[in-house]
Amino acid sequence: MANASIAAGAPTRPVKYRSMSRDRRWAMRWSYFFLVLFVVFFLTPPIYMFITSLKSSGEISAAKNPWWVYAPTLSNYEELLGQNQYLVFFRNSAIVSVCVVAVTMLISVTAAFALARMKFWGSATLATGVFLTYLVPDTLLFIPLFKMFAFVRDTTGIELMNHWWTLIIIYPTLSVPFATWIMIGYFASIPKELDEAALIDGATWMQTLTKIFIPVAMPGIIAATIFSFTVSWAQFLYPLAFTTSIDQLVLPVGIVTSLIKGDVFNWGQIMTGALLGAAPPLIIYAFLMDYYIAGLTAGATKG
Amino acid sequence: MAQVTLRKVVKKYDEVMAVRGVDLDIADKEFIVLVGPSGCGKSTTLRMIAGLEEISGGDIAIGGDVVNDVPPKDRDIAMVFQNYALYPHMNVYENMSFGLKLKRTPRNEIERRVKQAAQILDITELLDRKPKQLSGGQRQRVAMGRAIVRDPKVFLFDEPLSNLDAKLRVQMRTEIKKVHQKVRTTTVYVTHDQVEAMTLADRVVVMNAGLIEQVGSPNDLYHSPITKFVAGFIGSPAMNFIPCQLEQAAGALRMRLNDKLSLPVPASRSARYSSFAGKPNLVLGLRPEHITEARPHVEPDQHDFDMTIEVVEPMGMETLVYFTISGAEVCGRVNPNASAAAGQAMKLRADLSNMHLIDDTTGKVL
Repeated sequence: MANASIAAGAPTRPVKYRSMSRDRRWAMRWSYFFLVLFVVFFLTPPIYMFITSLKSSGEISAAKNPWWVYAPTLSNYEELLGQNQYLVFFRNSAIVSVCVVAVTMLISVTAAFALARMKFWGSATLATGVFLTYLVPDTLLFIPLFKMFAFVRDTTGIELMNHWWTLIIIYPTLSVPFATWIMIGYFASIPKELDEAALIDGATWMQTLTKIFIPVAMPGIIAATIFSFTVSWAQFLYPLAFTTSIDQLVLPVGIVTSLIKGDVFNWGQIMTGALLGAAPPLIIYAFLMDYYIAGLTAGATKG
Repeated sequence: MAQVTLRKVVKKYDEVMAVRGVDLDIADKEFIVLVGPSGCGKSTTLRMIAGLEEISGGDIAIGGDVVNDVPPKDRDIAMVFQNYALYPHMNVYENMSFGLKLKRTPRNEIERRVKQAAQILDITELLDRKPKQLSGGQRQRVAMGRAIVRDPKVFLFDEPLSNLDAKLRVQMRTEIKKVHQKVRTTTVYVTHDQVEAMTLADRVVVMNAGLIEQVGSPNDLYHSPITKFVAGFIGSPAMNFIPCQLEQAAGALRMRLNDKLSLPVPASRSARYSSFAGKPNLVLGLRPEHITEARPHVEPDQHDFDMTIEVVEPMGMETLVYFTISGAEVCGRVNPNASAAAGQAMKLRADLSNMHLIDDTTGKVL
């Protein structure tokens, strides 16, 4: 009798499972559909760049299938890397980005720690204010910055215009507010008892920051680092406005300025230059990706 | 090792008075438990001793020195937090040695102390693990280890067992008691759990609304509470409070609980209570274990009465019965073999030798 009742009840369960797995299958199909859509959308430009970079100027202007290389050549790479100019752009970009990341992290980590933990008069307002400055469009800052540079020149005699190192001063206006905002969120998610325990253990504020907060918030710091590196590596408008001499240019502006002569576009080298220029962020992402994802999802679950 | 003294300690947050003048003397090596409902100021008091909260008034002294303005690290205290507060990126050894490293203790001394503390707490094999690889109970041990290695004057515990499940909590409670018996450091322990307070403490401090209600040994508080709050807070199930009136009848003092039920006041207490005859707002306090099933042999001050039982809760070793007397729910503890059934009348016995008479207007036990 018992066996019979089990047998009678049995069919209901597999049906349930089947409907669940069918749901899952459909979810997977839709996921793949959109993933493929995104991959195609985002990978087409770099693939096109890569294909074009392997073509000679003649082949690029020829009316052939643009998605195929008939006579592959490395001449674009040889010419670009053979000329000193491109390497100067690259060097300028690299120094500026590394310095901007260092400056940004130094300012934003300490600022975020103060704003998140040391309750002082106006700290909450200040924290919101930091974020609001991020919402100011870059282009609005040009004229005030020009004015300030002129003022510095008039009072101290230091010329800030047309130097690549000036960008190290300018870029943090873009990167510091957002990085600080990320770090405030991170530090705020660290339980208060942790700094109280450190305080009782005898740590100073500085030791609490360096020995507890920075290691614990490492994913956030890496997220902020990647962000500020990307901002300074890809920045176009500021260097276009503030640097003019060919030896002071950074990569994005340098490629456009030196490889577009009047209405002559050296497409092969432009594509090669852009492709090589995209390599450093790509390499950094690849190395830090695991941390980056951990950084974006931290706080979602109880640590 | 040191005594801790609190003199008229006050904590104000803007308009709210969290602690309203606490006086307390904690002896060297003593285990003191601050207990009370949430918001009674017990945690704030502990945090003021730790130096994590500034005091708004009064004095706190540790080992005879007033520490009002001394930062936490210089008070020579160690604290165990409810959520453990272990440093997640350090392993157990590093967690325990962090404070000693900051004090520039020699490396071999650090190792000796950590190993010793690990031995006391039985966590030697966990020293290489990270906090996330530990269970709740193990984390709590490490948190205690971090406190022990520093060999402080005072241990402060802030609800250290509240995050553990019931079984582990009982186990860790015993551990804490054992550790205290080994290291004999003055300890201040905060909990909202009166069972924890009773089992751990040398003396219990019951707090309510920012004030100390009563300080005493667990047995003192249980048997001789001085306020209705303490009487009701200590003990589980809680003490029964039954509204009553005292009346003189034929030369004897009696408590009238309702129209039908009136019990004679024990002779030993008649003199003490007689002046309250006829006064309003009196409450009889009687613990559930002093209401049992009626038995053949009657001791002095024991009185039988009939009640209709409303709820029966078998607990195994005893059975709890609930009934109502003039609007107050009353709990009794009867023998599991006694025939108690919901909706049926039962002959019960009140042992009035352990009764308390409470003035409900002042909340004081008379």
